[in-house]
Amino acid sequence: MGRLSWQLGEVVAAQKETARASSVRLAVPNWPGHRAGQHVDVRLTAEDGYQAERSYSIASPPEEPGVTLTIERLDDGEVSPYLVDELRVGDKLELRGPIGGYFVWEASMGGPLLLVAGGSGMVPLMAMLRHRAAVGSVVPTRLLYSSRSEADVIYHDELARLGKRNTQLEVVYTLTRVSPPGWTGYHRRVDTEMLQEVTWLPEQRPLIFICGPTPFVETAAASLVALGHDPVRIKTERFGPTGEA
Amino acid sequence: MENKLDGNAVGGILQEIFPFEMTRVQATCKGCGTTDAIGALAVYMHGMGAVVRCPSCDQVLIRVAQSKGRYWLDMQGVRVLQINTGETALPD
Amino acid sequence: MSQGFFSRGFRGRRQTGEESARLPPGQYLEHGFPVLSAGPTPHTALSTWDFSIQGQVDQPKRWSWDEFQTLPRETVTKDIHCVTKWSKLDTHWAGVSLDTLLGQVQYTASYMIAFCDGGYTTNLPLQEVLGGLAWVVDTYDDQPLPPQHGGPVRLLVPHLYFWKSAKWVRGLRLVEKDEPGFWESLGYHNHGDPWKEERYWGD
Repeated sequence: MGRLSWQLGEVVAAQKETARASSVRLAVPNWPGHRAGQHVDVRLTAEDGYQAERSYSIASPPEEPGVTLTIERLDDGEVSPYLVDELRVGDKLELRGPIGGYFVWEASMGGPLLLVAGGSGMVPLMAMLRHRAAVGSVVPTRLLYSSRSEADVIYHDELARLGKRNTQLEVVYTLTRVSPPGWTGYHRRVDTEMLQEVTWLPEQRPLIFICGPTPFVETAAASLVALGHDPVRIKTERFGPTGEA
Repeated sequence: MENKLDGNAVGGILQEIFPFEMTRVQATCKGCGTTDAIGALAVYMHGMGAVVRCPSCDQVLIRVAQSKGRYWLDMQGVRVLQINTGETALPD
Repeated sequence: MSQGFFSRGFRGRRQTGEESARLPPGQYLEHGFPVLSAGPTPHTALSTWDFSIQGQVDQPKRWSWDEFQTLPRETVTKDIHCVTKWSKLDTHWAGVSLDTLLGQVQYTASYMIAFCDGGYTTNLPLQEVLGGLAWVVDTYDDQPLPPQHGGPVRLLVPHLYFWKSAKWVRGLRLVEKDEPGFWESLGYHNHGDPWKEERYWGD
């Protein structure tokens, strides 16, 4: 294992995902590898020495080389606008990681698996789904993904492809603000009733990962516990008090 | 809204200090005796440092700050840590 | 690591050209009001709230919320400086001066420790809080002080870094020997003068 220290990664690719979110692929010399669900801490330093630090979940699975981050720009953010709007291929980025063995899923952990994502909380769960696909796992998996609108759904096409592959993966969306004409899916905030319709029974002892803005995570976790799920099987990653999903 | 996060948020700085993956380390609260993985604790974190609290009783378990090349680590609220050094993919 | 490394094109959210003589060294101007907390926001009912002065005093003194409201009040407009480098100018508060509160007890102590709901503490020499230097405030911007900013009542000691302006303050413990508080015992400077950049222990 060993102690972490700050390293320099280099941006090798950048790609827009939605109007607000972009993915950045980094080459990190001596990267020890990571697990799906882990994150890195990113540190920006201005010329006068001013520093700002934030955590970002790794979007790429362990099977892919390097580290891909997907960042959603917060309107009043200090770090995210730089990463989404300014960072270019060839730039260096200071990071520390991988961090977190607690909020991690590997196919060997089994399931059934329930993933609950609010907005950019989808990022670490996408790493889990990408890992799942890379190893050909058929662990029964359901994803409940809450977004403001269809345009805000990150990885929309990739999730559609994964969902079609007949590997026991079901993707369920809920849109909380704007739904497209003809939308037959959920169009409200995640609540106990929705979770009950989507999740497995407590007796099936699903492994549950919830990620997104803090209020979203707390509501979802409390609902799942109220539905009878064992808190020990529920793992949460709060992103902070930012926005709705 | 408070700046409350999960234990993962403090994993980075703790793993600068300890040569282990720290979010799966089990910590026993001195206040109420509950044992949780650090990843499951409540972390209040901002520019001054991180304060890690018991999700059951809010007692401060760990405080950590870094300044001038020094870590300041207070673990008075921890009765004991269990650090599993084996590399295992299974949940504890 | 990465000595001299800087992120191309990064400036953070600080504005250019607003530096003024009112900003202590290393600070930037903040127009919002960041909330930094070390724990959950306490919610103490005013009916059970009190403020007390204890410790090395002849007689401990206690004020209920109603009693506190009858004390002579002041409005103050001050600049505040957080050790995390943001400063906010002309913040507007109302409350009771520590001169008034301490004037009502007999003591021989030299220091005080402010103690708060949620367990936070900070220490100050009494000479740093007397003579119009400190207040216990319940009003910000002409409104009741919101809980996330320390309401119902917080300490205000604007000439020092803002971690000394303890939120959710419930009283002062007067002592003969100084005792480092919550951040002072975790590497932060015992005094905290922003004009001397006393951020950390040893500065």
